[in-house]
Amino acid sequence: MQEMMTAKAKELLQNGTVNRVLGWQAGEFVYDITPAVFETAEELDAGFVYNDFCGNNLSKYLIKESRKEGKVLAFLKPCDTYSFNQLLKEHRILRENVYVVGIPCDGKTDGETLKAKGLEGILGCVREGDTLKVDTLYGEKILPLGEALTERCKVCRGKKHMVYDELLGEEGELQGSARFDMVEKLEAMTPDERFAFWRGELSRCIRCNACRNVCPACSCEKCVFDNDASGIANKAAADSFEENMFHIIRAFHVAGRCTDCGECSRVCPQNIPLHLLNRKFIKDINELYGDFQAGEDTESRAPLTNYQMDDVEPGIVYKRGGKG
Amino acid sequence: MKTMMKMMKKLSRNRLDEFFAALAEKQALYLPVEQGEGQARYQRWSQGAKLANALNTVRSAKDFFFPQTENLVDFKMSGKTIEIIDPRTEGEDFVVFGVRACDARSFTILDKVFLVDPVDSYYKSRREHGTIVTMACTRPQETCFCTAFGIDPAAPEGDAACWMTGDALYCTAHTEKGEAFLNALPEFWEEAEEEPVKAQQEATRQVMARLPLSKFSMGSFGGEVLMKVFDSDKWEGLSEACLGCGTCTFVCPTCQCYDIKDFDTGHEIKRFRCWDSCMYSDFTKMAHGNPRLTQKERFRQRFMHKLVYFPANNNGEYGCVGCGRCLSKCPISMNIVKVAKALENDTH
Amino acid sequence: MQVNTEFKPKIVAFCCNWCSYAGADLAGTNRLNYPADVKIIRVPCSCRVNPMFILRAFQRGADGVIICGCHPGDCHYTTGNYYARRRMTLLFSMLDYLGIEKERTRVEWVSAAEGAKFAQTMNEFVAAVTAMGENKRLEDLRCKK
Repeated sequence: MQEMMTAKAKELLQNGTVNRVLGWQAGEFVYDITPAVFETAEELDAGFVYNDFCGNNLSKYLIKESRKEGKVLAFLKPCDTYSFNQLLKEHRILRENVYVVGIPCDGKTDGETLKAKGLEGILGCVREGDTLKVDTLYGEKILPLGEALTERCKVCRGKKHMVYDELLGEEGELQGSARFDMVEKLEAMTPDERFAFWRGELSRCIRCNACRNVCPACSCEKCVFDNDASGIANKAAADSFEENMFHIIRAFHVAGRCTDCGECSRVCPQNIPLHLLNRKFIKDINELYGDFQAGEDTESRAPLTNYQMDDVEPGIVYKRGGKG
Repeated sequence: MKTMMKMMKKLSRNRLDEFFAALAEKQALYLPVEQGEGQARYQRWSQGAKLANALNTVRSAKDFFFPQTENLVDFKMSGKTIEIIDPRTEGEDFVVFGVRACDARSFTILDKVFLVDPVDSYYKSRREHGTIVTMACTRPQETCFCTAFGIDPAAPEGDAACWMTGDALYCTAHTEKGEAFLNALPEFWEEAEEEPVKAQQEATRQVMARLPLSKFSMGSFGGEVLMKVFDSDKWEGLSEACLGCGTCTFVCPTCQCYDIKDFDTGHEIKRFRCWDSCMYSDFTKMAHGNPRLTQKERFRQRFMHKLVYFPANNNGEYGCVGCGRCLSKCPISMNIVKVAKALENDTH
Repeated sequence: MQVNTEFKPKIVAFCCNWCSYAGADLAGTNRLNYPADVKIIRVPCSCRVNPMFILRAFQRGADGVIICGCHPGDCHYTTGNYYARRRMTLLFSMLDYLGIEKERTRVEWVSAAEGAKFAQTMNEFVAAVTAMGENKRLEDLRCKK
């Protein structure tokens, strides 16, 4: 696929359709891929890469890139196209300045996921059928793909692109996903258990803002948490309250707009399962207001900027879900 | 090589938990424990706490002396008078066990910031109360490059240094505090030969030689090339993908910038400081505005500080210890190694 | 759950200017009792209540937060309370998901004519929060005296 993409990029640069290419650049190791803009065929040959570690969602970069001179080629994986559509809906990306090439994805892993499986000193990694063969300083390890993939890829919702100008490879299908399993598990707990679970997770937060800054839905020009005049701007959580508040408010601000791309959990240096907050909102919205998938289209009204006369009352919360 | 092998002591591994329990009776003991998914963090010892297997903690050990948030002073208003309260209580002596060689070196870098005039009394007090007991590395990772700074992970600095072998914990003191650590519970320690330690060091150094970054050197950055590096045309490309998050600065053992803020509790003002990050849009924002308007400038600041400004003021010592945290944690995998390699040509 | 007779909860009530705020007035002029622990904050519409307001109230020591607005269909601005209804439903559900007692938050629709309902609502809410005791899960220790 990488060869096909490089060839396509060169062709589009050559015929003047685009003047630069947004993609992924190889790093020092096998896994440390950096999003990058390539302007020439030479640059593409020198560093362009598409492999099992190209998980970064490139859509958010297009806010900036689409405002530059000329048209940019963007390679988008199926799940990235939801973010792209959502940003179009919010008028954050200038569509006419982007040439979207849809690319297939058969699941991604990343360095942190492999390390969480106990791999140390990763030197190389190749996919062989249903396994990942990882070469490490301390010997070779074989991981079944089911273990090696990132959480979001394990519950992939399908390989279908929501938007593209051109497609490389075959278009995939939507598929069922078990992504709400953990949310349901939490809902079934007692409030005390849930509280203990979330304190355990959120107390690790170092407030690095990586979740916010990588999030395609967090595209405000000035975040409320950076705005001194908001009264809640802070660079660190000085109390457990602030840890809770930051994550509740962040999840709320993206509720109904979050496409569940999973970037927040991928980038969290403390491995906090932030997607479980977003998925709770998605699940509630689906159950209370009808199925909704952010980024599926560019016209529909988001659930929180919409209403029905006969919506459920907030009191429903006291009656449903969970124990106690 | 500073491997003062005087007075090697050892302790059987099956008495380790007993030793921790006895030590924690005497003074606060902190050590790396598992926090899930192979990651570790420092935690105060409590019954059942197990020393983590992970090579290093996600957060560095700088928290012990330079915590992420710290109350500096409280102001209480009653009528027209303001009462100023120093919230500090007498600090307790504590031991940080299991610090790696890279983090141990980071303290000497932080000292050069906080212990020079004007001395930071909050930091100084914690430094005086803390004993650093280091642990030699045996399984370095691909992200390690401490050797680029003359650090030997097999012979760490600190008040006392330890080596964990299959059956015993070996320890030798480097300072008076380290001696005190060994003398606190003499009944646990016995005289030991140096051979097992030397054998382990040899094995570790062999692994070190195989690391992908084993040949990496920081090159010749420093004050002499300040303008050349500052004006390099590479910064634009290097910073292009930077998200402007604070991950690199917050997991870094040597990043030392902080902000001071007031928090209104409703009945008093708490003036506190917290870590700041040069990656943030309001870093060094002043009344007139912000001197670094784009992410390129903020990104440049971080690396200029570590590679140029800090060595210019500290006899050529870089503001980095090669712990590799930023290499594994940056969401877009941009880091000091990539930056140094890209800018190398601008240094001559 | 232990009932603490000594405990007097702090309750913040966000009241819409066009209905429940007037409802509170009516409760007053009719000399209907409700606990003085209820602190009313007037807002132009229930839709004005940012989820942050609720969290901040808890941070600053509230033990319960109630939002009162016009009955659905009666919003002074036609649709404000419909949006508020969705927002608050999702927010309360999220608080519950985090293990924070859901009974500490409530939404009630109280018109300007419903002085009695206002007093009754407040009495019930204060009793419910009193039974739960002090807010511990969304407190900020720095704000404690």
